Amino acid sequence: MPEASAAGPWRSAAERLAASAAARAALALLCGLVLFALLAPALSPWRPDGLDWQHLAASPGAAGGHWLGTDRLGRDLLVRSAAGLRLSLAVSVLASLVSLAIGVSYGAIAGFAGPRTDGAMMRFVDVLYAMPYLFIVIILTSLFPRGSLTVLFVALGAVGWLTTARLVRGQARALRHREFILAARTLGLAPAALLVRHAVPNLLGPVVAYASLAVPQMILFEGFLSFLGLGVQEPNASLGNLIAQGAQEMSSAPWMLIVPSGLLVLLILSLNLLGDALRDALDPREH
Amino acid sequence: MLSYALRRTLGLLPTLLIIITLSFLILRLAPGGPFDQEQTLPPAVRANLEHLYGFDQPLPEQYLRYLGALARLDFGSSLKERDFTVTELIRQGLPVSAALGALAIVLALLAGLPAGIGAALGRGGATDHLTTGATALALALPSVVTGPLLALIFGLTLHWLPVGGYQGGSLRYLVLPALTLALPVAAALARLMRASLLEVLRTPYVRAARARGLSSAAVLWRHALPAALTPVVSYLGPAIAFVVTGSLVVESVFGLPGTGRYLVQGAIDRDYPLVMGMIVVYAVLTLLLNLAVDVIHAALEPGARHA
Repeated sequence: MPEASAAGPWRSAAERLAASAAARAALALLCGLVLFALLAPALSPWRPDGLDWQHLAASPGAAGGHWLGTDRLGRDLLVRSAAGLRLSLAVSVLASLVSLAIGVSYGAIAGFAGPRTDGAMMRFVDVLYAMPYLFIVIILTSLFPRGSLTVLFVALGAVGWLTTARLVRGQARALRHREFILAARTLGLAPAALLVRHAVPNLLGPVVAYASLAVPQMILFEGFLSFLGLGVQEPNASLGNLIAQGAQEMSSAPWMLIVPSGLLVLLILSLNLLGDALRDALDPREH
Repeated sequence: MLSYALRRTLGLLPTLLIIITLSFLILRLAPGGPFDQEQTLPPAVRANLEHLYGFDQPLPEQYLRYLGALARLDFGSSLKERDFTVTELIRQGLPVSAALGALAIVLALLAGLPAGIGAALGRGGATDHLTTGATALALALPSVVTGPLLALIFGLTLHWLPVGGYQGGSLRYLVLPALTLALPVAAALARLMRASLLEVLRTPYVRAARARGLSSAAVLWRHALPAALTPVVSYLGPAIAFVVTGSLVVESVFGLPGTGRYLVQGAIDRDYPLVMGMIVVYAVLTLLLNLAVDVIHAALEPGARHA
C-alpha cells in the first residue's frame, strides 16, 4: 500500500517544515503577496486598465487616492501591480505544472524502460540540455501570436522539464529493484498501472522539492520574456512588463520601476526560502 | 588527457547537428515569413524575393543547402539588414557580448569564492550569516530588476557611471552590465563553495592532516581547497549558460551593441539566416565552454574521464 508507507514521511516532513522559522516567515510573506494579488483589484476603486486623466504619472501618496502612484496613462500602480503579480504567478504555476507533467512521465518511463530505450531517451535530454533553451523560448514566443498566454506557459513548460526528467529517471532506476515493485510485477500488474500506482507516488518527494524551486525560476523567465517584449503584452500587466515600462520611465517616475521590482523580489525571495526549507524537510539526511 | 579532449570535441558534432536541425524545423514550420511584416508586396516581387533566397525550394533541399553553406562557414546574408552578411553582424556584436560575459564570470569568481570560503571557515559566525543572507537576497534579484536599479542609482542619481550605451567601447560602459550579470552567479558560487568546503573539512584526511600538526593555512590551501573546488568547477558549465542567456536582457537594459538584439529582433522579423547564425554561434560557444569545464574537471579528478 503506497499510501500507508507514504503518509509517515510526508507527515514528518510537514512537521519539520512547520518547525523552521524561515519556512514560516516565507510562507507568511507568500500568503500576504497572494492575498494582495487577489484582493487589491477587488477592494480598490480603480481598475487595472482604468485611466485617471486627472492624475497622470502621479507620484506615490499624491492626490487622487493612488497610494503607490500612477503610470503615464493614469492607471493606478497598486492595482496594476497586484494584477501583474497575479498574472505572473498564474503563468509560472501553470508552466511549472506543464514541465512537471512532461518531466515526471518522461523520467518515469525512461527509468522503468529497458537499458536501450532509457539510453536513447536520456541521450535526447542531454542534447536538449546543450541547446541554449531560453533562445528556443524566445523563438517560440516570437513566432506565435504575441501576448498569447497559452504559448507563453507552454513554451516555458516545454523547456523546463529536462531537470525533472533526469531527477525522476534517477529515482525510478533506484526504485526498479525494490521489493514492493518486484512484488507488484510478480502479481501481474500492467506496466502503466505499476508506474501510476506504485512508482510515481514514491518518486514525488524530491520532485516536489525541485518543483518548489522551479516556480520562482519560471517567474524569472516570465519577467525576462515580458521585459524583452515577448511575453505578456499591454494592456495586460505582468511584473515583467511593468518593470520594463518602469525602466523606460525611471528618470522621471522611479516609483514605476521600484513598486513592481520590489514585489518581484519579495515573491522570488519567499518562494526560494520556502523551496529551500521544503527540500531540507523532505530530505532530512542532509542535516 | 589530449585524446580525451579530442574525443569529446568530436562528440560535440552530432549534438550540434541535432540542435541545428531542431532549430531549423521550429523556425521554418512556425507560421509567418520574412516578407510578411512590410506592406503587402506585389505577388511577382514576393516570388522573386523568395526565389532569390531559395525559399521556393522544398524544405529538405533548403536544409541540406544550409548545412552545406555552414560547412564552408557561410552563414548567408541577413534578410533585414540587407547590406550585411550574418558573419559581419556577428563579428560586430560578439566582441561586446564576449567581453561582457567574461567580465561577469571573473567578477562572480572574485566575489563568490572568497565569500564562500570565509563563510565556511567562520561557520555559524557573523561572516557566515552575512553571506547566507546576502546570497539569499542576490538569488532573488533578477537581472530585469538589478539592471534598471543599478542604472537608476549609479547612473541617474549618483552620476558615477554611464546609464547605458557603449561609445568607444570603454570599460566604464561594461561595469554596471557586468555587475548585473555577475550578481546571481556570485551568490550561487558562494553557496556552493561554502557547502563543498564544509563537507571537505569534515573528511578524515583533513582531520588527519590537522593531526599531523600542519598549520590551518596549509591544511586549507594544500588539502581542503583543491578537493572542495571540484563541484564549483562543474557549476561553471551552467553558470556560463546562465551568463550567455542572461546577457540578452542585460544588453537590452543597458543598450549595449552586442549580439543579443540580433536574436530577439531577428526572431520577430523572421530573419531566418540571422537567427540560425546566432543559434549556431551560441550553441558552439556554449558547447565548447562546457567542454573546457569538463576537461578541467577531468584534469582535477582523473576518475571523471570515464564517466
